[in-house]
Amino acid sequence: MAQLLKLEVVTPEKNVISEDVEIVMAPGTLGEFGVLSGHTPFLTSIKPGKIYYQDANGKEKIVFVSGGFAEALPDRVTVLAESAERRRDIDVDRARAALDRAEKRLASDKAEDVNFDRAKAALHRAIERIKIFETKGL
Amino acid sequence: MATLKEVQSKIVSVKKTKQITKAMNMVATSRLRGAQTTMEAFRPYAEKFAEVLGNIADKAGEDASPLLSPRDEVNRVHIVLLTSDRGLCGGFNVHLIEKAESLMNEKLSQELDVSFTNFGKKGRDWCRKNQFQIASEYLGVVGGKFGFNIASSAGQELIDNFLNGNYDEVYVVFANFQGMANQPPVVKQLLPIPVIATSDTQENEDVSYMAEHIIEPSPDELLNEMLPKNIFIQIYNALLETSTSEHAARMKAMENATKACDDMIENLTLAYNKARQASITMELMDIVGGAEALKG
Repeated sequence: MAQLLKLEVVTPEKNVISEDVEIVMAPGTLGEFGVLSGHTPFLTSIKPGKIYYQDANGKEKIVFVSGGFAEALPDRVTVLAESAERRRDIDVDRARAALDRAEKRLASDKAEDVNFDRAKAALHRAIERIKIFETKGL
Repeated sequence: MATLKEVQSKIVSVKKTKQITKAMNMVATSRLRGAQTTMEAFRPYAEKFAEVLGNIADKAGEDASPLLSPRDEVNRVHIVLLTSDRGLCGGFNVHLIEKAESLMNEKLSQELDVSFTNFGKKGRDWCRKNQFQIASEYLGVVGGKFGFNIASSAGQELIDNFLNGNYDEVYVVFANFQGMANQPPVVKQLLPIPVIATSDTQENEDVSYMAEHIIEPSPDELLNEMLPKNIFIQIYNALLETSTSEHAARMKAMENATKACDDMIENLTLAYNKARQASITMELMDIVGGAEALKG
């Protein structure tokens, strides 16, 4: 069996995950990256998306993160996210509503009233949440 | 001397007051426990963030971000004042407001413009009464349930205004929770961000360890992303500390009030007993007097 590393996903409100895992995949701003035990020290910002990991029993799991930072060390991965949810905790109705709102905002003509960057970020978050919710088999 | 009935009704009313203060004390105690749990849940995030930020700041260039550079000429100062929404918590809000007032007076004496963002009704009311300029207000946050998003939206507003040049300096006034009996008001500069302390607590070994990190995108870019978040964290932290302090202050105030009620009840009961004894003695004397008269 492969060596394990410790995955921690921390938000300001709570510690979402603290588990021993075999592999972690996370969405870095410059591209998705995977971490196994013994990874070289690495620090990156991450964008909204899914963190995929296999726990000590090889069970696959995914968790949504809204963006933040990740630090990988040989024996440990720490993800600091503003919010993070396991798949079963995702409020999909809220995400759909957010998607709707963001789309309307981006489509509207009143460009001065709309903060495009923020609307776009909200759109991304909503899409990722829904995608994760609809993933089958995990 | 008060009549029996008067004293008795007073005792009843003080007892009722005591019931209320006791209930408020218990509510504050349980809320305090909740607030402390939230604070503890936040600590790992804040500590890790500070550690990473300190290391990044070390590597990034001096003027990596406009949020770091002080303005050559400061004209407009903004104060974020955190108070509670409700009273009955002793001198809690008074202390916070005094702190904000002394900061404001210091800035006004330098002929600067001062405006406010208020978290909490007490501070808002104070600003309104004195007709200070209020940029925005958030009620029902301090002392209640709130998430990180309130801190980030308030923080974003401050950052936008800072970058637009609407504010040249931003301070936050909040209560620092140091324990059940001690919640001193403190002033912290939010913007421009004061020099970030690079973590000295770490062993040298760790620092060199950090130096070998691969950093994506670049340290400067990463710092630029982290600095606004650092502001949000400071605000969230201030909110948590003030909320916890509010509950602790109210708990203490209500405990004192309950004690004062006990003292009053004791004194009143004494007065009641005295009055009752006096009236009995009086009646006895009447009877004895009457009996004597009949004999004669």
